Amino acid sequence: MSIDAPAKVIPEARTITTKPRKSDQLFRMIVTLGGMTSLVILGLIALFLSLKGVNVLAEEKFSFITGSNWAAITDETGNIVESDFGIGPMLVGTMLCALIAVLVGVPISVLTALYLTFYANGRVKKFLISIIDLMAAFPSLLFGFWGFIVFMSSAEYWAKLLNKYLGFIPIFDVPVPVFARSPFIAGLVLAIMIIPIVTAISREVFDQTPLDRIQAAYALGATKLAMIKAVVIPYGRGGIIGGAMLGLGRAMGETVAVYTVLNIVYQVNWQVLFGAGGNVASLILLKFGEAGPYEVDALMAAGLVLFLLTLLVNATADYIINRFGGKGK
Amino acid sequence: MTKVIPSPGKPWQPTVKNRLETLAIVVAAFFSAVLCVEFTGLNGKLGFFVALFISLGVLNFAFQYKQRGVAAAKDSLLQVITVLALALTLIPIVSIVSTVFIKGYKGLHWGILTKDMALASVNDPIVNGGLLHALVGTTLMVGGALIISFPLGLLTALYLTEIRGSLTRPIKFLVQAMSGVPSIVAGLFILSSLVYPVTKELSGIMGSLALTILMIPTIARTAEEMLRLIPNELREAGVALGGTQWRTVAGVVVPAARSGLVTAIILGVARVIGETAPILLVSGGGDSLNLNPTEGAMGSLPFYIWKAFLTSGTPESLARAWAGMLVLLSFIFILFGLARYLSGRKVG
Amino acid sequence: MTDTTNFNNNEKDERQMTDSQTKPTSLSSVASARAMSQPGTELLGTGLETRGVHAWFGSKHVLSDVSLDFAAGTVTALIGPSGCGKSTFIRTLNRMHEFIPTAAMAGEVLLDGKDIYAPGTDVTKIRLRVGMVFQKPNPFPSMTIGENVLSGLKLAQIKRGKTDDLLESCLTRAGLWSEVKDRLGEHGGALSGGQQQRLCIARSLAVEPQVLLMDEPCSALDPGSTFRIEQTIADLAKSMTIVIVTHNMQQAARVSDYTAFFLSDGGPGEMIEAAPTSQIFSSPQDKRTEDYVTGRFG
Repeated sequence: MSIDAPAKVIPEARTITTKPRKSDQLFRMIVTLGGMTSLVILGLIALFLSLKGVNVLAEEKFSFITGSNWAAITDETGNIVESDFGIGPMLVGTMLCALIAVLVGVPISVLTALYLTFYANGRVKKFLISIIDLMAAFPSLLFGFWGFIVFMSSAEYWAKLLNKYLGFIPIFDVPVPVFARSPFIAGLVLAIMIIPIVTAISREVFDQTPLDRIQAAYALGATKLAMIKAVVIPYGRGGIIGGAMLGLGRAMGETVAVYTVLNIVYQVNWQVLFGAGGNVASLILLKFGEAGPYEVDALMAAGLVLFLLTLLVNATADYIINRFGGKGK
Repeated sequence: MTKVIPSPGKPWQPTVKNRLETLAIVVAAFFSAVLCVEFTGLNGKLGFFVALFISLGVLNFAFQYKQRGVAAAKDSLLQVITVLALALTLIPIVSIVSTVFIKGYKGLHWGILTKDMALASVNDPIVNGGLLHALVGTTLMVGGALIISFPLGLLTALYLTEIRGSLTRPIKFLVQAMSGVPSIVAGLFILSSLVYPVTKELSGIMGSLALTILMIPTIARTAEEMLRLIPNELREAGVALGGTQWRTVAGVVVPAARSGLVTAIILGVARVIGETAPILLVSGGGDSLNLNPTEGAMGSLPFYIWKAFLTSGTPESLARAWAGMLVLLSFIFILFGLARYLSGRKVG
Repeated sequence: MTDTTNFNNNEKDERQMTDSQTKPTSLSSVASARAMSQPGTELLGTGLETRGVHAWFGSKHVLSDVSLDFAAGTVTALIGPSGCGKSTFIRTLNRMHEFIPTAAMAGEVLLDGKDIYAPGTDVTKIRLRVGMVFQKPNPFPSMTIGENVLSGLKLAQIKRGKTDDLLESCLTRAGLWSEVKDRLGEHGGALSGGQQQRLCIARSLAVEPQVLLMDEPCSALDPGSTFRIEQTIADLAKSMTIVIVTHNMQQAARVSDYTAFFLSDGGPGEMIEAAPTSQIFSSPQDKRTEDYVTGRFG
């Protein structure tokens, strides 16, 4: 006589529900609302700048971006008779100065970060890192100030050298030998400003390089250079590019440093060594003092363009860091 | 008999011979650079600097090549290049700090912290007037910004670490995006949303609000990092004792992160204390002491420096500007030192 | 085959020695006898010897006085419970120990008679001659399979023609050629764990080391992959010296000619006994060894 074991029945998983206490529900609501602050603020910024600037944008349409004049003719009562606002030269200037900043600043930052991660150690390393982090907290006014008073003469000298030896390249040529307060110098000051940030980001990326890959390279008889080329750079490529873009965003939005160092002239200028240029942020600062209501609207529109531009750059940086930073491929 | 244990050694560290060799190379590079400057077209500080690093690179390369072959020689080049980059990073820092101290020191005088500029002009001799109004203004404005930024930044951080709901990724991105907002845009925003439509005048509180926009991302990010350092076991312990989530967070997690949150505050303050652009737009900058944030232009340190520097070029005004910068920089140093000290204590 | 001729038991030596180094356990005469009985083997160099190796991390003494010889062409297994210094010891053999900032050591490691820690030694050249396979397979994900195998040449800047032949021979010796010969252009991360480990072995072979160190190479792998790798070890032993750290006593019994037993009593790890494998498992000299191999503790 055989006894059959009863058929095994596997029960379904129970759904576990918790009804949060009232106080917790309130807590979660408050925290969630607070967490949405950034969303609200960014939205409001976009909203108000658009509201104020919409008139001018509707009037100028696309030529607001491409036009090269910034003028308003008013009659005796202060009303605008005719206006022509276009931020073209300032946009070009923004990109130019920011580009110089990134081209000069990022290689220096990455190499410094390499030194800090792979060559420095102990107290020296901690000390250097503190100093560089401290520099990230210096106000931009200080950089502008120092740039104008102390740095200008050296930078002018270098510009003259560049012009002397590389002047055959169009961007290094100058119409008139005026080298002071040029986009080149502004770009160098911006480079000095973004070095602490990009160095810090690069350093974090390098620190996270997987140790087992580093050890595998060394165990195969690699020198430090070979190891860095084979393991660290492929791993950190995404993070570094993201950091460079964050530096770009910072350079694009910089106001007082550029205002102090650069000679603002309302004309597109690609010749970086020549002392004339501008960027959108410093334009706003410059014109703000004496602007009538319509011109202020135009400045708001300019601010909106700058806001959207830096938002785009930061979003791209974020995307790159998340997608490519630290995945190793 | 007892076994003798040898003393630990590190035979891979550079030996005395190695260090002397390195020193010899550096000295040789110096000499070579001097020679280059003497006899070739390179001149001045730049010439010497360039010649020095080129000499270092070449000498190092040759030395390592002879000793260990081409791979080691190339490796030594990388070291020289990274040291060059480090020098390029450090030189501006040293120059900036020393300039501020050297030029600013001359402008310091006993009255600087107790007088304002109501009765003096920037071109007066430095002993006239002071920056009391600027200090008070900065304190009031930054303090006001802090009152709003800290709760909002903390709540944002709490959402990211404690609740971790479905909005986490968007909010993380938005905080990052907000930290990239140019300071002048923050000023324009307050201008367009509050100053023009509502109050129609510049005041200190407007400055606070503009600074809030710049302060919140810093506080939120630092607070988030600090809250993440609190081990999960603490939260589990709170809940296991029967606490609700809000009691656990408010009673256990936040107190444990106390020093971290203070660090976040300090870093937030350091971030905005030197901001100039938004202040120029929405607070103006008075010359006299103004204790009322809701009425009238309010002075601030950055504005004081800005005005002294840009309105005229006399030596007195410049000296004033440097002195103001020295005061500002000193504050930043102190804040930073405090933050460093506190983060050395991490939990509790 | 006699195996007691030159065999010294560490414990006996302690009672006789007065200086800080114990007489090394020498198995070389036995090894030579064995090697000569296998035609066609190429003995690379004269093997690896250690004299009185100690290791510290900071002030913590983690390895005490290990003197052990590894004869050319043999496979030596290092066994013992966790935390008794086996991994630390094996890392002193190719100068990977010094990567930990607080590391310190004492004693000598002789490769072909020359101390690898002597001042002025080019450490990258040492690591070319003493290769290492790690516990967790670590192929370079940014390189293809083919590039991974040859990466050692690139990293050490060794110029070599006819790399295709080398590529095929290394992958064959590692037992991986038939599986990847059509996919050499794929990325290293696409392989299974066992395949990745064999790729790492092939990678180490490309620089033609005299000694191959293996730090628990199979502990992260399934039994099937483990078996394949043990076969690989047997093949490789014909042309190089292999030292393998393993937690798995059966593995030690399967693959090694000699076994050394390490133990720590809460202080620094010490090598208790080293002998031909069959002897360690059938008639160990030291009681602690016997307790370990019979499973009384572990």
